[in-house]
Amino acid sequence: MKKEIANWGNYPVMESNEQQFSFDDQLQQMVKEAAHFIPRGNGRCYGDASLGGQTISTLKYDKILSFDTQAGVFECQSGLMLDKILEVIVPKGWFLPVTPGTKFITVGGAVGSDVHGKNHHVDGSFSNHIVDMDVVLSDGRMLTCSPTQYGDLFEATCGGMGLTGLISRVKFRLKKIETSYIKQKQIKADNLEHVLQLFEEYKHYTYSVAWIDCLKKGKGFGRSILILGEHAKVTDLDALQEREPLKLPKKKQITFPFNLPSWVLNTFTVKAFNFLYYGKNFKKEINNVVGYEPFFYPLDAILHWNRGYGKKGFIQYQFVVPMHAKQGLIEILQRISDKGIGSFLAVLKVFGEQDSLISFPEEGYTLALDIPVRQGLFEFLDELDQIVLQHGGRLYMSKDARMKPGVLEAGYPRLSAFKEIVKKYNPDGKIRSTQSDRLLLTTNN
Amino acid sequence: MSTVLILGAASDMAVAIAKKYASAGHAIQLAARNVQRLKALESDIAIRYNTTCTAYEFDALQFTSHQAFFDSLPVKPDITICVFGYLGENETARANWSESEKIIHTNYTGAVSILNVVSNYYAAQKKGVIAGISSVAGERGRQSNYIYGSAKAGFTAYLSGLRNRMFHEQVHVVTVQPGFVYTRMTENLTLPPLLTAQPEAVANTVFKAVDKKKNVVYVKWFWRWIMLIIKSIPEFLFKKLKL
Ligand SMILES: Cc1cc2nc3c(=O)[nH]c(=O)nc-3n(C[C@H](O)[C@H](O)[C@H](O)COP(=O)(O)OP(=O)(O)OC[C@H]3O[C@@H](n4cnc5c(N)ncnc54)[C@H](O)[C@@H]3O)c2cc1C
Ligand SMILES: NC(=O)c1ccc[n+]([C@@H]2O[C@H](COP(=O)([O-])OP(=O)(O)OC[C@H]3O[C@@H](n4cnc5c(N)ncnc54)[C@H](OP(=O)(O)O)[C@@H]3O)[C@@H](O)[C@H]2O)c1
Repeated sequence: MKKEIANWGNYPVMESNEQQFSFDDQLQQMVKEAAHFIPRGNGRCYGDASLGGQTISTLKYDKILSFDTQAGVFECQSGLMLDKILEVIVPKGWFLPVTPGTKFITVGGAVGSDVHGKNHHVDGSFSNHIVDMDVVLSDGRMLTCSPTQYGDLFEATCGGMGLTGLISRVKFRLKKIETSYIKQKQIKADNLEHVLQLFEEYKHYTYSVAWIDCLKKGKGFGRSILILGEHAKVTDLDALQEREPLKLPKKKQITFPFNLPSWVLNTFTVKAFNFLYYGKNFKKEINNVVGYEPFFYPLDAILHWNRGYGKKGFIQYQFVVPMHAKQGLIEILQRISDKGIGSFLAVLKVFGEQDSLISFPEEGYTLALDIPVRQGLFEFLDELDQIVLQHGGRLYMSKDARMKPGVLEAGYPRLSAFKEIVKKYNPDGKIRSTQSDRLLLTTNN
Repeated sequence: MSTVLILGAASDMAVAIAKKYASAGHAIQLAARNVQRLKALESDIAIRYNTTCTAYEFDALQFTSHQAFFDSLPVKPDITICVFGYLGENETARANWSESEKIIHTNYTGAVSILNVVSNYYAAQKKGVIAGISSVAGERGRQSNYIYGSAKAGFTAYLSGLRNRMFHEQVHVVTVQPGFVYTRMTENLTLPPLLTAQPEAVANTVFKAVDKKKNVVYVKWFWRWIMLIIKSIPEFLFKKLKL
């Protein structure tokens, strides 16, 4: 059915003919008959990665195929969303091996973008935990691949933005937990230097991320709150929590009703940050035990919060620079703060080592922040891209809606090998997105 | 815990109904003509809801197989829900008997055939519940889909008569009258959002109706009134309308 679609940044918006399927045979038929298409999950990537004139949505293809509660291995169809998986695995004492900052993404999307979480420095990205998966190629054939079987297909599918084929089934390993709670530590950092030090000092923590105030200048430049966490043990719980250690959170959500001018959301985040930073009870450090939802998914409590950036939409700019290029991080933060265009908050995280074909993470600092679309923005971002590249960094395709093909090429040293594999399994470029055409990964003809 | 048999189990509506019953702790029996398509749903329901879920082959058009199908079920269901149906294309069906026949046999003959078998068993047991998914299309024939509509009209009348008979056997029969529902059947039609229900809404209505022993239920309450108005238009006027 033809409809208007956009991803989380509401930029760009385009008309697409979206098809849905529920069964394997239907999917293979659909792929075989399509002139071209791009796989689409829940549209939580920010830019144009899952946009195109023809999309095949996996959302109705969402069945659980097996769950080994002893070994902690889970197998499902690719349209199943993480929130549904948590409902099933948490009560049995298991957790997602890796989760992004929202639970409203599909497993197919988790593999397609090879998502990372707050534990990247310890557990790597999502694809690190895959046992094997099925991919439907552009000719409708279904192949099972893993690191040892059709290894090239596997490698290019993890983080390959859907271009090798439609991932239909994924089997992956879970993480054992004793409780559904997180033992959280929040530490106030006076400036950027300080927070980077703290990251180093606390790197043995499984989960870590920092919220940075992008507007503060001078001595307090880069002041932030470092948020650390571990899965709580039963002994960490209070008497009430202890009664049901694996309890699922209650569903409490409010919905952002319509598009608002962007200062509304900014005011909201400023208030939230200041509340934490200056809050009476916030001394140097807070230690507490919280449910997994507020720890991993603070923003999911407000459905459609992206409407808070207004009708024109926004770009989430996310890059990574190697550890030794701290200067690049500082330079970019400074440029953004000087320009005064960014969201108030940015998210900073340290990635551990990773050496993938096309996945985004590599050892270093990664920063992500939202910037509302406005005149002159793309020119400014082009300048930032150059700084990222100068420092040996790269951008995250899953957040991208505007980078130039050269920026991708310069940031991903194994890009040509990736393109070769895409060509092998998707020879006519039948599987392609607005993004892949823009980045010259496929050709629009 | 009771067992629920769902006939035509691969449809979106049936999936929603199966999930609703499974989440309330019932065992589920799925039946469809293509069992291969039920495999994933079978594991999904068993794992998600910690319940028993099994799958069987059933073709509504293979009338002579229906008794054997029911006899072969290892556990006899306490509740049977008849969901299968076929909308077809009215224009094709007007000119092409095989399309007409398929519409009539799927929505009416096939349903009568299998529910005869089930109701005879329930009558002998003096217990059981049958729910049939008919359609508001069966309440008045319209030029755009009167072949489907008349088959559903036949099914609705059948359910009403069956309810009457079964009342004396302590067996309850529910007629479900959905208006528009977003499913595979209607995915290529543009439906008015306000009048169209999600499959989950149908599932909730069925669940409640069975539980409360309702006789005839509509999905989205206003459809009862919409149909009342449509039925009250005098024929001399109705025939001139383009519906
Ligand atoms: C609030 C928020 C926080 C986030 N936090 C993080 C984070 O911490 N870390 C992180 O890594 N990401 C994060 N993201 C991004 C998000 O996790 C990814 O963009 C993810 O891929 C979205 O999945 P989706 O199901 O919505 O897929 P879509 O957005 O629809 O698609 C994403 C990509 O995957 C491909 N794809 C989808 N399904 C399939 C399939 N079945 N087969 C093949 N390809 C497929 C698409 O073609 C597209 O290229 C965040 C997003 C939001 C909105
Ligand atoms: N959608 C609406 O707006 C609407 C409105 C009113 C009433 N209804 C009724 O609701 C019921 C469910 O329909 P739906 O909307 O969910 O549509 P659907 O997805 O088309 O479902 C119809 C189901 O019936 C099955 N079926 C068809 N012929 C069969 C046969 N010979 N033997 C066994 N199964 C057969 C199909 O099986 P396969 O999966 O193998 O194709 C399919 O699963 C139908 O009775 C329909 O008439 C629908």
